[in-house]
Amino acid sequence: MNAPSALSPAPHLFEARRKVLPKAVKGPFRRFKWAVMALTLLVYYATPWLRWHRGAFAPDQAVLVDLAHRRFYFFSIEIWPHEFYYVAGLLVMAAIGLFLVTSAVGRAWCGYACPQTVWTDLFQHVERWIDGDRNAQLRLLAAPWGPGKIARRVAKHAVWIAIGVLTGGAWIFYFADAPTLLNQFVRGEAPWVAYSTVGILAATTYVLGGLLREQVCQFMCPWPRIQTAMMDERSLTITYRFWRGEPRSHGLKRSKAAEAHDVAPLHTGDCIDCNACVAVCPTGIDIREGPQIGCITCGLCIDACDDMMTRIGRAPKLIAYATELDARAEQAGEAPAPAPALRRLLRARTLVYFGVWCAIGLGMLAMLGERTRLQLSVLQTRNPLWVRLSDGAIRNSYQVKIRNLEARPRTVEVTIDGAPGVLWTESGDRAGAGRSVRFRIAADKVTKEHLFVAAPEAGPQRSDLRFTVRALAPQGETATATSYFERPETRP
Amino acid sequence: MADNKRIDEKTGISTVGHEWDGIEELDTPMPRWWLWTFYATILFAIAYCVAYPAWPMLSGATRGMLGWSSHGDLQRELAAERDRRAPVMRALAATPIERLPENPKLLAAAIEGGRAVFKVHCAACHGAGAAGGRGYPNLNDDDWLWGGDLATLQQTVVHGIRQPDDDATRVSQMPSFGRDQILKPAEIEDVVSYVRLASKQEPASASARRGAAVFANNCAVCHGDNARGNRKFGAPNLTDRIWLYGGDRASLVDTVTNAHGGIMPAWGKQLDPVTIKMVAAYVHSLGGGEGNPPAPQVATAPVAAPPR
Repeated sequence: MNAPSALSPAPHLFEARRKVLPKAVKGPFRRFKWAVMALTLLVYYATPWLRWHRGAFAPDQAVLVDLAHRRFYFFSIEIWPHEFYYVAGLLVMAAIGLFLVTSAVGRAWCGYACPQTVWTDLFQHVERWIDGDRNAQLRLLAAPWGPGKIARRVAKHAVWIAIGVLTGGAWIFYFADAPTLLNQFVRGEAPWVAYSTVGILAATTYVLGGLLREQVCQFMCPWPRIQTAMMDERSLTITYRFWRGEPRSHGLKRSKAAEAHDVAPLHTGDCIDCNACVAVCPTGIDIREGPQIGCITCGLCIDACDDMMTRIGRAPKLIAYATELDARAEQAGEAPAPAPALRRLLRARTLVYFGVWCAIGLGMLAMLGERTRLQLSVLQTRNPLWVRLSDGAIRNSYQVKIRNLEARPRTVEVTIDGAPGVLWTESGDRAGAGRSVRFRIAADKVTKEHLFVAAPEAGPQRSDLRFTVRALAPQGETATATSYFERPETRP
Repeated sequence: MADNKRIDEKTGISTVGHEWDGIEELDTPMPRWWLWTFYATILFAIAYCVAYPAWPMLSGATRGMLGWSSHGDLQRELAAERDRRAPVMRALAATPIERLPENPKLLAAAIEGGRAVFKVHCAACHGAGAAGGRGYPNLNDDDWLWGGDLATLQQTVVHGIRQPDDDATRVSQMPSFGRDQILKPAEIEDVVSYVRLASKQEPASASARRGAAVFANNCAVCHGDNARGNRKFGAPNLTDRIWLYGGDRASLVDTVTNAHGGIMPAWGKQLDPVTIKMVAAYVHSLGGGEGNPPAPQVATAPVAAPPR
């Protein structure tokens, strides 16, 4: 180290965080955000409490991820672990849906529906409710610690943690019968994993929504980075009409004074530099610097600016949703072709995304409609491969698994064809054996059966043997599986 | 070297006194947090040595105040597993083996337990798939020397075959007709011809006709007039396709000349009754298991084994 003087400031690795304390705002976008928040929170908290009757052999919860029994219930749909590709398909649809929304209406997901946005918004409302609006918060931040400040801080963090606990608390109800689990949870009898999940999610909600906030969007989330690659000149972004707003007049009075007294600059723009758009921004950016990665396109600056413009009697929409093409045309003084919203949406890109999205969705629906609720797998016993019986006949045996994907027990008949022979179960015997056996399979379970097949000695060393399982009543669903019947090696 | 220690004027910290081509090393003290962590680990190590087994001694190691041992852990886990299985084991102990099929769940549990027992105690001779080999019966097929119902299988497992010090063991002893010169080599060839005719491996011949008389005089007392064997004596059925020591001419001549008799241990001395019940149920499940004989059990030996 050869620092020349102790007075030179120590270099910083990164810039210290500037606290974002957004101001309350009223307007159409704010109302829309309220509506989206209400809807998403309602869906999140209410879904586990919906009931859906499935009969005696399956749970009655409409949406349930039953990890213990490896089932996923979604209203009338029941998914088994081997059908997990439906979940993969849903995730692909979610990704393409995001692409579609981004190409159609910009970062609408970020601005309105993302859980990080919704919960941060909620936490900021709590903050304003306890500490007051932006200016009061700034004063409180600068104020020395005293009983009042401590009380407010404790109250705020307590409410935040309470929201976090409720958030985590709602999550666990997706994984077990909600009323039962709530009862157990309150009485301290729930499994420890329920408590630890609530604890972890409460902590993440508190940290992400209360403490980190906009830093999650700006530094942690990959989606803004992906989206910048998906933006084009037709993407809707929040646009500051700088050609109308600049040069700024630093206050309404100066603007009026300049006009009255012919003081340069002669012409001032509509922006009076009131900073309202910056004060309300939940990520603390200045939209007048142009489109930027920190902008989640929530539209609150539009509400703030429109409010100010109306109050000083100037035209609104100094900040507005616009595409880059619109902006350029307007800037060049061309007639702002009011492209109908529909035409802006119907372009190759959005149509392709929509087409792919629909194709996957319809494909999965078709598969759901076509899937059988009875499935069969047959595994030939390999040790020993064959057994010679006393009359010389050859016997093979098979582990047969029958999946009954319906929530009711059924009687099934297993039939063999493709090779001669008779079939019997472990509890049956060869004397009464025929070409088929019947047994009961339990509801919503995999039934294992050990089946024997005996056939005359003469025949090929290996022949195909097809097993068919058929539900007897009332649907008659069938499933087949192919295995082999093997005989001893014949010496030439 | 240590004489060269000096205070570095830029940092105010002493150097260690080494110098290589003008490069010196500062004697910077350890960060406090590091030092306290280090002391904490020392304390932890001391506490650990007191609480847990730590120091190797001549025989074993120090025990530790808590009395913990990995062996004890294992015992606890085994005990927990025993407790978990206890109700099933009690039910198995209380159920006579021939009544197991009345309780399919209990039977399934017994078969699964028997599968494990078989792999440990039986697979060495009978093979992992119970397919046996020369001299070791295949337990998958439907041919039994002593009977294949549950109770008979249990009896065989408990007392074994030709177990010397077990009074109830199953004993059969075929004479060594050739070695003890009871039959002449030509007579042996003839009786083998007859047996191969009875098992449909050879066409009728003069030798077989002569052999029929030899068979009637020497073999039929155990194997029966029609060579279908007799389970009371453990005499195999000679008309079927299953041979413990081979059914070709050379093997049969060897068997008649020298006789064979394997030994199966009496597992009743080594395994508890429930374990034996489970392994008998497993063997019964392999495909050759027979139904329970009608009660009361037949006391007198039938002339021929009942048809299967």
